[in-house]
Amino acid sequence: MTALLEVRDLRKWFAGPRPGPFRPRAKLHAVDGVSFDIQRGEVLSLVGESGSGKTTVGRTVLRLARPDGGTIRFGGTEITSLSRDALRPFRRRMQLVFQDPYASLNPKMTVEEIVGAPLAIHEPAIGTAERRRRVEEALSLVGLLPSHIGRYPHEFSGGQRQRLGIARALILRPELLIADEPVSALDVSVQAQVVNLMLELKERLGLTILFISHDLAVVGHISDRIAVMYLGRLVEVAPTRALFTAPRHPYTEALLSAVPIPDPMVRRERIVLTGDVPSPLNPPSGCPFRTRCRYALPACAEAPPALREMAPGHWKACIRDDIALASPVGVA
Amino acid sequence: MMPEAVTDRGALPAALAEDEILAVRDLSIAFQTPAGRLAAVQDVSFTLRRGETLALVGESGSGKSVTSLGILRLTPRAPFCRITGQVLLRGRDGRVRDLVALPEEAMREVRGRDAAMVFQEPMTSLNPVHRVGEQVAEAIRFHEGLGRRAALTKAAELLELVGIPDPRRRLASYPHELSGGMRQRVMIAMALSCEPQLLIADEPTTALDVTIQAQILDLLRRLQERTRMAVIFITHNLGVVAEIADRVMVMYAGRVVEQAPVRPLFGAPLMPYTRGLLRSVPRLDLAGLGREKLAAIPGTVPDPLDPPPGCSFAPRCDHVEPGRCDAALPGLDLARPEHRVRCVRWAELAGGVA
Ligand SMILES: Nc1ncnc2c1ncn2[C@@H]1O[C@H](COP(=O)(O)OP(=O)(O)OP(=O)(O)O)[C@@H](O)[C@H]1O
Ligand SMILES: Nc1ncnc2c1ncn2[C@@H]1O[C@H](COP(=O)(O)OP(=O)(O)O)[C@@H](O)[C@H]1O
Ligand code: SF4
Ligand code: SF4
Ligand SMILES: [Mg+2]
Ligand SMILES: [Mg+2]
Repeated sequence: MTALLEVRDLRKWFAGPRPGPFRPRAKLHAVDGVSFDIQRGEVLSLVGESGSGKTTVGRTVLRLARPDGGTIRFGGTEITSLSRDALRPFRRRMQLVFQDPYASLNPKMTVEEIVGAPLAIHEPAIGTAERRRRVEEALSLVGLLPSHIGRYPHEFSGGQRQRLGIARALILRPELLIADEPVSALDVSVQAQVVNLMLELKERLGLTILFISHDLAVVGHISDRIAVMYLGRLVEVAPTRALFTAPRHPYTEALLSAVPIPDPMVRRERIVLTGDVPSPLNPPSGCPFRTRCRYALPACAEAPPALREMAPGHWKACIRDDIALASPVGVA
Repeated sequence: MMPEAVTDRGALPAALAEDEILAVRDLSIAFQTPAGRLAAVQDVSFTLRRGETLALVGESGSGKSVTSLGILRLTPRAPFCRITGQVLLRGRDGRVRDLVALPEEAMREVRGRDAAMVFQEPMTSLNPVHRVGEQVAEAIRFHEGLGRRAALTKAAELLELVGIPDPRRRLASYPHELSGGMRQRVMIAMALSCEPQLLIADEPTTALDVTIQAQILDLLRRLQERTRMAVIFITHNLGVVAEIADRVMVMYAGRVVEQAPVRPLFGAPLMPYTRGLLRSVPRLDLAGLGREKLAAIPGTVPDPLDPPPGCSFAPRCDHVEPGRCDAALPGLDLARPEHRVRCVRWAELAGGVA
């Protein structure tokens, strides 16, 4: 396996609000030094609370937002600062599926226009008949009917709309799919349909997927590896099973412990984190998690801990190696 | 007849058992839409005891929110929306009223004093231009007749109770200055300001992160232990249901399709829809152990304006038996003590025939 995507020390800042009249805007570090690889054919998930920077990582990797630091290599080529034109051939090889199946489809466009939109941009020369054929092919790929081609988004259910979004993302046959919370807005029963579809397409088309989500149960099902994000940084990266059975970062431990388990016979002590995620405008010094960490020591305030590889492929950014963390899953 | 007389009917001892706070009987709610009459909720019946939590689960559009809005008469007025049936609520004064028949004025007093509601998106129910403190205090003053200062003091106590740090200072914040979790706490504080008998929480944690959800569930549990209020909790997260519910009511296409105490509902569900729902959740303990297909339920909910004949789950059901399932609407059978199911084949299916 070779890495399809290599991200190194990625940074993205936004201008925050002005702290007072005539004072300069504060800098909001939405993504603050993130590094990871995705191998070809792999599903890597990015999890973390809202505002932790997951969407910003996805958008920056796609170059929908310009990075303020770090490098992005796609298929071996550095694309970090390519011009719009130079970027075009790469754009079609990576596509995005959005979170909200209701807001992300233009209600005035037909299915043919929506799903065929990327063709209009990247293959403007093809004729109407060919375009129609390609749209029909994409529809059947996601389990919709060719006869749906003239319909409008409001005629579809949430799950079907999400399929439309996936069909649109797949019509150019991309290598990398970035799916930003693609099932979060769906009912559990429909969520399962879409998760199954994504995994099936991955196998059939050899897709590589960056899956962004805050639903740990779904992530546990779909991913090969998981990267946990907190306040713009990765705090743990591990193969899925290892992360669930033997988390190594206190934040991952708390996150797993907070997931309600659908079995009323299970009663467990849960770690209830106090307070909210600190504002990224004013993050804590040192370890970003220390204001909510029950294992924090004075030394945690000194510098942000770097990711260290603790076992093959299992990385954590925490200075304490002397703590035994619990898992809701237990050891396999 | 005068409204008072209607109200008194609910006071009959037969109407509400000693420890019951709420009894909903044959509640139906229909909207008049440009495309015709939409029966959003049909023949819903249940009771709720003091200190008990009932979870309402079901597919989007199944009628969970409309049921709860209907209970508090927060649905649009007639003729746009019609409510029939009975909603018997025991007030703080011990009297039982039928909310369906109550005049609007009396209903306003019931809301907040006897029953209160927390919504999914707290931003839409908090007024963005007023400070949090004023809004909580206003809710208190309306019902308790306290002065402004006293109400603000009580508001601070309430914010403290729901775990908002530095409550005195927070009273001066505007809603947009609070995080989602804090806004939801403020909503809960407002709902609890008058110590209602009944709290209806419509997806109060759905928009929140798991760690914040855990905080809110914890909070609700502690408050309920203290006040013994009855809670209707709407959610489609089955993990949350398992954690907080005493009893569960599953809705599908506007009707109750299964109703049971939480353990039998998860341990021995009888309705194929409930089973499908439980199976479609990815299991945390199997995370990373290969990717078996999730047991999705194929298809989608029926169009409420054009429901199928007979069982409304039939178009998606693995066990459908044409001629039987689509012949007539299955009744809500009492299958076991306290366990009701709406499926003509439940007995065969429970015996493992399928
Ligand atoms: N004001 C209204 N006018 C017309 N129809 C309505 C109105 N409010 C709700 N409905 C319809 O009533 C049915 C039940 O809606 P309801 O909001 O109770 O669903 P729900 O179970 O709460 O779903 P969700 O899980 O998405 O919140 C739906 O078919 C909905 O479209
Ligand atoms: N366009 C923007 N302008 C200013 N701040 C932004 C913008 N987009 C995101 N942010 C901020 O960056 C941080 C990370 O956001 P995001 O990547 O959307 O997080 P997530 O997807 O994990 O919820 C948040 O604090 C968010 O408010
Ligand atoms: S470095 Fe310190 S504060 Fe950060 S997670 Fe580890 S123990 Fe907690
Ligand atoms: S009545 Fe028939 S279609 Fe309906 S749930 Fe039971 S078996 Fe399935
Ligand atoms: Mg996001
Ligand atoms: Mg609802």
